[in-house]
Amino acid sequence: MKFGVVIFPGSNCDYDTYYVLKHMLKVETVFLFHKDTDLQNCDVIILPGGFSFGDYLRTGAIAKFSPIMKEINEFAKNGGYVMGICNGFQILCESELLPGVLTMNTSLRFQCYDVYVKVINNKSPFTSEYQFNEVLTMPIAHGEGNYFIDDDGLKALYDNDQIILKYCDQDGNITFDANPNGSVSNIAGICNKSKNVFGLMPHPERCSEQILGNTDGIRIFQSLLNNL
Amino acid sequence: MREPEVTFELALQHGLTEEEFERIKEILGRNPNFTELGCFSVMWSEHCSYKNSIALLKTLPRTGKRLLVQAGEENAGLVDIGDGLAIAFKIESHNHPSAVEPYQGAATGVGGILRDIFTMGARPIAALDSLRFGKPDDAKTKFLLNGVIKGIGDYGNCFGVPTVAGEVYFEESYQDNCLVNVMAVGVVRVDRIAKAVAKGKGNPVFIVGSATGRDGIHGATFASEELTEESETKRSNVQVGDPFAEKLLLEATLEVIKKDLIVGIQDMGAAGIICSTSETSARGKSGMRINLDLVPLREKDMNAYEILLSESQERMLVIGKKGRESEIIETFKKWDLNCVIIGEVIEEDKLEFYKDGKLKALIPASSLVVGGGAPVYYREYEKPEYVDRLQRKDFNDLPKIEDFNKAILKLLSSPNISNKSYIYHQYDYTVGTNTVIIPGCDAAVLRIKNTNKAIAVKTDCNGRYVYLNPRRGTQIAVAESARNVACTGATPIAITNCLNFGNPYKKDIYWQFKEAIEGMSEACKIFDTPVTGGNVSFYNESNNYAVYPTPVIGMLGLIDDINFITSSYFKNDDDVILLLGKTYNEIGGSEFLKIFFDKVEGEIPDIDLYYEKRTIDTLLDLIRRGLIVSAHDVSDGGIAVALAECCVMNRKKQIGAVVNLNMDFREDFFLFSESQSRVIISVRKSDLEKVVKILKDSEIYFKEIGKVGGDRLIINDIINLSLKEIHNAYYESFEKIFG
Repeated sequence: MKFGVVIFPGSNCDYDTYYVLKHMLKVETVFLFHKDTDLQNCDVIILPGGFSFGDYLRTGAIAKFSPIMKEINEFAKNGGYVMGICNGFQILCESELLPGVLTMNTSLRFQCYDVYVKVINNKSPFTSEYQFNEVLTMPIAHGEGNYFIDDDGLKALYDNDQIILKYCDQDGNITFDANPNGSVSNIAGICNKSKNVFGLMPHPERCSEQILGNTDGIRIFQSLLNNL
Repeated sequence: MREPEVTFELALQHGLTEEEFERIKEILGRNPNFTELGCFSVMWSEHCSYKNSIALLKTLPRTGKRLLVQAGEENAGLVDIGDGLAIAFKIESHNHPSAVEPYQGAATGVGGILRDIFTMGARPIAALDSLRFGKPDDAKTKFLLNGVIKGIGDYGNCFGVPTVAGEVYFEESYQDNCLVNVMAVGVVRVDRIAKAVAKGKGNPVFIVGSATGRDGIHGATFASEELTEESETKRSNVQVGDPFAEKLLLEATLEVIKKDLIVGIQDMGAAGIICSTSETSARGKSGMRINLDLVPLREKDMNAYEILLSESQERMLVIGKKGRESEIIETFKKWDLNCVIIGEVIEEDKLEFYKDGKLKALIPASSLVVGGGAPVYYREYEKPEYVDRLQRKDFNDLPKIEDFNKAILKLLSSPNISNKSYIYHQYDYTVGTNTVIIPGCDAAVLRIKNTNKAIAVKTDCNGRYVYLNPRRGTQIAVAESARNVACTGATPIAITNCLNFGNPYKKDIYWQFKEAIEGMSEACKIFDTPVTGGNVSFYNESNNYAVYPTPVIGMLGLIDDINFITSSYFKNDDDVILLLGKTYNEIGGSEFLKIFFDKVEGEIPDIDLYYEKRTIDTLLDLIRRGLIVSAHDVSDGGIAVALAECCVMNRKKQIGAVVNLNMDFREDFFLFSESQSRVIISVRKSDLEKVVKILKDSEIYFKEIGKVGGDRLIINDIINLSLKEIHNAYYESFEKIFG
């Protein structure tokens, strides 16, 4: 079992993600450089957070042209597990491995703090270690996390149980006030139709250790491990 | 283009004095040409040469068993924390650029200090920002504040360094000249420390990173004069930052250091190529031969003068090991960065710069730098008349505040005291997964991966205190930052400082500076926190008034065992609240006087540095025995504000308290007095006896003042507030003003 963490120029959560996998979960983990074309037989590919290519044009818009993305596309189409966190989620949307887009937060500001998210689907390979409707605390840190998809697309997400996480309040209510960035339907994380590609804005790798005061995130990685 | 003839008048226009111009002629044995004049003028500017401060700075305690380099020796201070690791840290100002272009000014301030850290081979793990603005209810202040925050946020967030702590204060004196000080902290393996040195004849000299443009020419000179109406026209002196390029530069730099491919490296900040070539050469007692035609340019037809003085960002000078050139180039290429050999190291103490096949400048490297040929001045000083005039002790003629509930809410919502989450929520403070104590507490705590250790960091300075009493005010800044890190469980081990003052050629300003340095010296000696370096920023004045003297202290604390990290807020019902330290009738210089009576005057609180040290040591002892549940320092707004903060600081679990204070003087003065060396701690009932014994044995003055619990803060029979009221005042006021 092997995890690969992709380094794009400007990735800055690559080491954090690697650290959790390698040192907390003790699974074999390698870095994959964006110019690589070899996925080194990884079972799971993670696109970490950060500002790939400075996010100068549009978040994730340039990263999708990196040589490794062609391989990841193939890998995903063949059922390989791919997860995108924050900027990684943005790259997955730009690459059309996930539907929808992530636009500027409604506040027009970068926002960093803990939010509550609710596990809407615990049958995905990324969330099987959580209870259905469990409320988690997770940090967000993004300027463009406002998930948008048109009505038909949204309906398809619901019809196929693709919505994995939604922003909620402390008690699990999906409210307007609990939505930090304006996302449609309070969406914090979705997967593709075949449930092997997952993207989310919150950072599970930042809440996977007791010393950091919160371990709600680690079960995402554990879910993957148990599904491999 | 024909170069202008170098005359005395031209030298004056470059900010040089007559004496300095004569000295340049003496050094060169001839008249300097235009390019050389430019080089001397930036290198001998206050910003680069520290000419009016270095003599006094040398009186600071700058050695200690943990220090791996001496202050000023390298780009940043370096402190051994054991486990084969060291912490590199430094604070720097970017005041003038931020005053005219807040976004880029602040952003490039972050970029500059981060480069100082990673050129030493250290990976940055935290940034802090210490900001000062003018009147809060002012459109310009709002514009500056939001620009600065966005600049810091965009740069740090993209680069991937968490901005974990800082401070923001508002005072009229900063109206035209805001202060933007940024501190960066990094971790480096002791066996991988890089040096800012050029040596070894024939070793190749590279320029790496961004291309060189015309931005920021004479930025250092701009930083060395007062702000005037004309300053607005100097916006082109402000550099433009590219955090993405910086991130690539970080990775490539750490890679060439790790692979042991280089002799030395220095970032290009102020005074660009001329500064980095001369400083590295002087340190290595060598020189360089540089061909400026090889420097990658962003604009056409730049001349030698412009190339040497450009302050384009995200560039580094790398002195490679001969024979490893291709590996160096390959590493930078991997990260899509320029990496070009522009010359070589030579044995002689001279810098030769060629352009279009012609020698454009020939200067002894050592003649340009601090500790070499740069001038050193002892300025005259005189105590300003305002100091004695404002020193009144008795404020009893002021009308008494009657409604204490209202009073405490008013203080909690003052921009200087209220919570700054409006700001730090725009900063990524969790990237790097080291942030154990997040912004909003006494000090931020970061664990050090793969060890059992953590560090605590904090910046501090109450400019109002320093204005009223520069010596004691600075001692308090050191003491408070030490107390802040101690509240988390960290031993204060070293400081960096950013000295923001007015024009040093004015006697009263120089007096403030001298007093502050002496005060800092005394405090740092007693706390055993040597000064590892920092930055001096003079000329912070405009329209004929100077900013409050603001010597910002950046404190580094070390926690040896991550199991004993303490946070500031109350946690459990029935825990006992103790107040360490005595409350005196010391209302002078307080936030209370300012908010209720619009007065900045009076004698500032006294401080006994030895007692403070004992308090810190005892507090640490208690924390390490696991006897303390929370510890919060009492500062701006006094005991009343500090208690309210203890109740609401943990947003996820706010908790009330019932407190009884034995107020032996005017109640409003007692509640809001800012007496020093005070800490509010909460302890479990079962540990109370042990705690009391240790406090008594250590001769720490303390009082049991109440109990944690409930959903209200009740103090005697004069304050009774719900947590909701406190929360709203403390958390929602800042954004209402600035959002």
